Amino acid sequence: MNPVAAVARRELRSYFVTPVAYVFLVIFLVLAGILTFYAGDFYDRQQADLQPFFSMHPWLYLVLVPAVSMRLWAEEAKGGTLELLLSLPLTLAQAMLGKFLAAWLFIGMALLLTFPIWITVNYLGSPDNGVILAGYIGSWLMAGGFLAIGACLSAVTQSQVVAFVLTVVVCYLLILAGQPQVLDFFQGTLPRKLVNGVAHLSMLRHFQAISRGVLDLRDLLFFVLSMAAWLTAGVLVLDLKRTA
Amino acid sequence: MPPQAWMNFSVTLRVDQRLEERALPVVGACLLPQSDMIETEQLTRRYGALTAVDSLSIRAEPGQVLGLLGPNGAGKTTVMRMIAGFLEPSSGTARVCGYDVRREPLKAKRVLGYLPEGAPSYGELTVREFLTFIIRMRGLNREDGYRRFERVVGGLQLEGVLDQCIDTLSKGLRRRVGLAQAIVHNPQVLVLDEPTDGLDPNQKHTVRQLIDVMARDRTILISTHLLEEVHALCNRVVIIANGRLLADATPAELEARSRYHGAVSFSAPGSGVSQEMLGRLPQVASIEVDPLDGRITVFPRPGERILEPVETLLRQQGLEVSEIQLERGRLDEVFRHITTGGEGHA
Repeated sequence: MNPVAAVARRELRSYFVTPVAYVFLVIFLVLAGILTFYAGDFYDRQQADLQPFFSMHPWLYLVLVPAVSMRLWAEEAKGGTLELLLSLPLTLAQAMLGKFLAAWLFIGMALLLTFPIWITVNYLGSPDNGVILAGYIGSWLMAGGFLAIGACLSAVTQSQVVAFVLTVVVCYLLILAGQPQVLDFFQGTLPRKLVNGVAHLSMLRHFQAISRGVLDLRDLLFFVLSMAAWLTAGVLVLDLKRTA
Repeated sequence: MPPQAWMNFSVTLRVDQRLEERALPVVGACLLPQSDMIETEQLTRRYGALTAVDSLSIRAEPGQVLGLLGPNGAGKTTVMRMIAGFLEPSSGTARVCGYDVRREPLKAKRVLGYLPEGAPSYGELTVREFLTFIIRMRGLNREDGYRRFERVVGGLQLEGVLDQCIDTLSKGLRRRVGLAQAIVHNPQVLVLDEPTDGLDPNQKHTVRQLIDVMARDRTILISTHLLEEVHALCNRVVIIANGRLLADATPAELEARSRYHGAVSFSAPGSGVSQEMLGRLPQVASIEVDPLDGRITVFPRPGERILEPVETLLRQQGLEVSEIQLERGRLDEVFRHITTGGEGHA
C-alpha cells in the first residue's frame, strides 16, 4: 500500500478508536444545527436555501478544525511515535499529506452527516441544489485550508494547546482579512495594491463567492494553493526540526 | 530481465530457503553484500553549541552484534537516530547496507529495522492494527505481509494480546511489540536503542533471548548502559562518551584491560591465610582483602599466570578454601576507567 494511504488509514483509525471522532462529530452537528436555526434565522427568512447554514461554517471551523489539527504532529512528537514514523520508508511530504488527507476526509464525513438539513430544505421548498452542492464544496475546501494551517502549526510545537491557539489566531486573521475593519486599518499604512492583496487572502471572501453558487476557478485555486503552501511550510518545519 | 538480475533473484531464493527453518528468517535485501552493514563516517551532530556526537566512525560487519556503550548522555541515542534517518547529521554520514542515509534515505530505511528508545507505538491501536500499519508502511504485499505477521507474532509470542490496545500492555509486552515492529519486514540490519531498559530481570532475559535468536542472521547495533548485556549479547563493543569514540574492541579484549584480568580470588572463611606468604610468590604483584566479606584477591604481575601457584600454595598450607575463581576481568571497572579516566585506549 502507498505510504500516504497507510498513514491516512492509521490516522483515521486513531480518530475512531478514541473519543476524538465522536466528540467532534456530535459537537459539529449540534452546533451546525443550532447556529443555522437560531443565529441564522433559517425559518424567519422564508427562503428555501442553505445560506444561513453555510454562513456559519467559517465560525464553526474556527474552533473545531484547530481541535482536529492540533494533534496531527504535536501528539506524535510528544509521544515519541514521530521517531518511529520518520524511521519508516516514507518522505516527510508523504507523511504530511497522509495526515492531512485523513483529517480532511474526516471533516468531509462530518459535513456529509449534515444531510438532514439538506433534506429539510428540500421538503420545505424547492431550493437550487446546485448552489447547495457548491456550498458544500466551498465549505469543505475552506475546512481544508484551515486544516493545512493547523497541520503546519502543529508541526511547530510539541504542545497541542499551543498548536490550537496558534491555529485559531491565524485562521481568525484569515477570516477577517477581507473585512472592512481590517482593510481600514491597513488603508492608511500600506499601498493600495497591498491592501487589495490582503483582501484577497480572506478565506471568507472566497468561500462566500463559492457558496453563492459561483464556482470560479480562481476561488478554487485559492484554496488549493493555500493548502499546498501551508502543507509545504509544515514539511519545511519538520525538516528543519530534523536538521537543527 | 538481464541475466545478472536472474542471478540475484536465485541467490535471494536460496538464502530464503536456507533461513526458512529458523525461528525468525531473514530475506536477503542488501544490494552490496561485501560492504559493512552499518558504517558511520565522521558522523557529527551538533545541537547549537553542544556537540552531541563528534566525528564518530564505527562499523558493524555482517553477522555482528555491535554494542554501543556509554554513560547516559554520551550520544548513543543521537547516533542511532541518525542511522535510522530520524535526525540529520550536522556533518559526516552513515551508511546502512551501503546506502547513504543522507543521499538515499528511503533505501537505507527499507533495509533497516529500528526500535527507538522506550519502544514508542500508537497506544490507542491494538497490536494487530499497529503491526498491520507497519506492514503497510513497509510496502509488503498482502501475502508476504500475512506470512510475516504470523511469523513475527509467533516468534515474539504476541498471539494472546493481538486484539488488546497497546496502552493496556505491560512494559515487557510493549517492548516485544516494538521488536515485532522492527523486524516485521525482515531487515538485515537492526538498530535497537536500549531494548531492555526498564524491564524486570525475567523480561530482560526474554528480550535478550529474542535478540540472540535474531542475531543469527542479522547485523545488530544495540545500545545499552548495562554491562551485563555486553557479555550476554555482543561480539564487539564500542564505547563512547561525550560523543567521542573511546574504545572499539571485543568484550574479551576489554576485560583484558581490567586490573582484575587474570587475578585469582577466593574465600577462606575461618582460616588465617597468610598474606605474607602469598606475597612472597614471585608471580604475585599485590593482594587485596575485601573488608566486607573477607574475600581475598591476588593480582598477578604483568604476563604471569597465578592460579596454579596460588592453588599449590594453599594446598601446601593445608588451608580450607570454599571456592576459588580466576577472574576474566571486570567490565564495569574498565568502563569506568575508559569513560572517566580521560584515557582513550588503555
